[in-house]
Amino acid sequence: MRLNKVPVREQDPEVRKRNFSEVSFGYNMEEAMSEAERCLNCKKPKCVPACPVAIDIPGFIRELKDGNVGEAAKVIARSSCLPAVCGRVCPQEEQCEGSCIVGLRGEAVNIGKLERFVADWSRQNNIEFTEKQPANGMKVAVIGSGPAGLSCAGDLAKMGYDVTIFEALHEPGGVLVYGIPEFRLPKEAVVREEINLLKKLGVKLETNVIIGRTVTIEELFRDEDFKAVFVGSGAGLPKFMGIPGENSNGVMSANEYLTRANLMKAFRNDYDTPITMGRKVAVVGAGNVAMDAARTAVRLGAEAYIVYRRSEKEIPARIEEVHHAKEEGVIFNLLVNPVAILADEKGWVKGLRCVRMELGEPDESGRRRPVEMKGSEFDIECDSVIMSLGTSPNPLIASTTEGISTNRHGCILIDEASGESSREGIFAGGDAVTGSATVILAMSAGRKAAAGIDKYIKGKYMR
Amino acid sequence: MYLITKKEELTENIYWMDVCAPRVAKSAKPGQFLIVKAGEKGERIPLTICDYDKEQGTVSIVFQTLGDSTKKIAALNEGEYLHDFVGPLGNPSELVFEDPEELRKKKILFVAGGVGTAPVYPQIKFLHDLGVDVDVVLGTKSKTTLILEDKMKGACTNLYVCTDDGSYGFKGMVTDRVKALVENEGKTYDLCVAIGPMIMMKFVSKLTKELGIHTIVSLNPIMVDGTGMCGACRVTIDGKVKFACVDGPEFDGHLIDFDEAMRRQAMYKTVEGKKAILQENKEREH
Ligand SMILES: Cc1cc2nc3c(=O)[nH]c(=O)nc-3n(C[C@H](O)[C@H](O)[C@H](O)COP(=O)(O)OP(=O)(O)OC[C@H]3O[C@@H](n4cnc5c(N)ncnc54)[C@H](O)[C@@H]3O)c2cc1C
Ligand SMILES: Cc1cc2nc3c(=O)[nH]c(=O)nc-3n(C[C@H](O)[C@H](O)[C@H](O)COP(=O)(O)OP(=O)(O)OC[C@H]3O[C@@H](n4cnc5c(N)ncnc54)[C@H](O)[C@@H]3O)c2cc1C
Ligand code: SF4
Ligand code: SF4
Ligand code: FES
Ligand SMILES: [Mg+2]
Repeated sequence: MRLNKVPVREQDPEVRKRNFSEVSFGYNMEEAMSEAERCLNCKKPKCVPACPVAIDIPGFIRELKDGNVGEAAKVIARSSCLPAVCGRVCPQEEQCEGSCIVGLRGEAVNIGKLERFVADWSRQNNIEFTEKQPANGMKVAVIGSGPAGLSCAGDLAKMGYDVTIFEALHEPGGVLVYGIPEFRLPKEAVVREEINLLKKLGVKLETNVIIGRTVTIEELFRDEDFKAVFVGSGAGLPKFMGIPGENSNGVMSANEYLTRANLMKAFRNDYDTPITMGRKVAVVGAGNVAMDAARTAVRLGAEAYIVYRRSEKEIPARIEEVHHAKEEGVIFNLLVNPVAILADEKGWVKGLRCVRMELGEPDESGRRRPVEMKGSEFDIECDSVIMSLGTSPNPLIASTTEGISTNRHGCILIDEASGESSREGIFAGGDAVTGSATVILAMSAGRKAAAGIDKYIKGKYMR
Repeated sequence: MYLITKKEELTENIYWMDVCAPRVAKSAKPGQFLIVKAGEKGERIPLTICDYDKEQGTVSIVFQTLGDSTKKIAALNEGEYLHDFVGPLGNPSELVFEDPEELRKKKILFVAGGVGTAPVYPQIKFLHDLGVDVDVVLGTKSKTTLILEDKMKGACTNLYVCTDDGSYGFKGMVTDRVKALVENEGKTYDLCVAIGPMIMMKFVSKLTKELGIHTIVSLNPIMVDGTGMCGACRVTIDGKVKFACVDGPEFDGHLIDFDEAMRRQAMYKTVEGKKAILQENKEREH
């Protein structure tokens, strides 16, 4: 058995840090077949329970080994409706690949890249494998077009429902279009194609509709004959630190920075939206979002710093992203915490005042709590600061809809089995329920809710 | 795509447009705004809802051409389309929720500056229809830049026009006129609502604080999404950070850090915009 995975071809770091094209080229047929050979086709595969949607991993790899890519795609489609996305952005090292038996002696099977290959190949070769049940005339509204909403809408459409997705922004896709950059997840080739598949299934899409403002859930039920509603509105509210100087010019949330770059394509000269192109950009935080912001800054010509109060071990971003960021020259300031933002006389950022931290006793999260080292204050020179401290759900829907209960973080409370909220006929899933999590979890929550909605409507309206 | 059903040049560089957007028209209330994007590659810019017709399904905007985005919108004609038009955003004016009986007991002063006249219009119209006593001080550069005079006249008790050059009405700033009304003409007001350029709102608020008149202003910081998602619109109110798009746009004028708001507003001007930021960066390197 080969202990090392088939290497993945990538753009050279020196080249890619000057463009927004996808970093990883993925496998071609030959490479994929060769990597597939490394799977031991385990009787009791450890990888499957480690995948949040339990894709039959040995099953699809077996088909791939035999050269049946279309069949492999069908195996995946039984559990996932966004394989081209998840194959690219899942934290595989903590999930499927992290548990792969081959990983005990060598490198785990590259399940993510195999999944990506199967999905890309079958999309490019127009493999059709969706069966649609006859229309049943029942209307369902889906709020939000991120992975949760898309997957919920897709499943319901296949079951014969008349589904309309309402999206607040002008472009569907949620974080897949406004957050995750082009160089990790191509928008036209991958995200838009996934959405086109839904349209082919008959799903209607209304962009520029903010539920709670443009129209309320009450009105959807009362005036437009929707029988059930799925809320997949994500966790889009950015947090700030509350430190002095935070409103200086040049300080922004990662959401703002990434929205300008991704959704509004500010990096392209033919688009109108401006973006600050700092020379030295400090990004506070070390999650996927922070890596995306730092790597975007590099591509816009800046020197980018990650500023994180814990150590390397606690970095929450995917290993691949941290590795790519380092290759591209992002500088990591670990065990460092900002205490103030320094501005020049015109109010523009000129630096970040920080203190050094050391790790103390473990906190509630089980990670060692960072404690400030006395007298360790120092300044990092920079002209932009990007706050990437996490996000929480937007309160708009809960506050404009009677009877939806939330927890103290603003997350919608649901019945785990059905996905139903505390209000009958309103279901929810994804980041709106869990707080910021992952694409695959949002997708599976959307599908679970679709099953819950089907059961609810059949029980109430179709007996 | 949103059809432009009417376009009118009110005065040089200020346009009125009716846009077909039935869902927005149905929910719109005075004080709220929209995000508008002219074409596929356009920028999302906020504009106030100046009027709406629930039957026709149209919403009216009035805007002044400043940089690229407003010029691109102005270049569109009747029968053409705006690419994106989303709203209504922000909170409606508080007055909308007040008891009409209570409102009729109040004396309310509106101060409008320049293109800010347009957002004032739906509010005074709303109050006028309820039979509330409303005075309006309207400031503009000169007679030729005055907009919506007849509409305003028809929707308020007294309209006081001031021009910077004295070519029409009172010669001077809106603050001078307000001061004169209160100190020389014996007017009393329970509430002042000021909408216009940030600098005007700053000085009106300063004056009304001295005069002891509670004041509401409508802030117009830079925005991207308009739904609370980006934080570009953050402003400091009474020492606390607020997102103008969801917590506002209307705030107590006496509690706003105007200097910060003005500084932040200047962040992305087109002229000094994309190219200018590049230039600035170059200069900073030297
Ligand atoms: C920059 C970034 C990088 C990430 N990287 C990864 C990664 O590498 N791997 C991974 O697994 N996860 C990653 N994540 C997390 C992942 O993207 C999210 O967990 C996932 O997108 C959540 O899906 P969702 O459908 O619940 O919500 P979202 O994707 O947030 O979609 C919600 C949608 O609802 C819309 N909406 C909100 N309110 C309303 C309303 N009132 N009316 C109408 N529409 C509304 C929003 O505009 C949005 O389009 C990343 C997140 C970010 C921000
Ligand atoms: C809630 C709100 C309501 C508004 N209502 C109106 C209105 O009814 N009529 C009207 O003429 N104008 C209104 N504005 C201002 C209008 O949005 C700006 O004039 C417009 O964005 C200018 O864009 P530009 O590209 O043409 O000019 P630029 O040269 O790019 O900008 C000129 C000035 O406009 C501001 N600005 C630029 N980009 C933005 C942005 N994305 N968001 C907010 N401000 C920006 C800045 O202060 C800048 O200095 C409103 C702003 C807000 C926030
Ligand atoms: S969906 Fe994610 S966790 Fe599951 S197999 Fe694919 S990459 Fe692995
Ligand atoms: S654990 Fe690894 S080797 Fe076993 S089936 Fe899964 S991918 Fe194949
Ligand atoms: S405009 Fe983005 S949060 Fe207000
Ligand atoms: Mg502009």
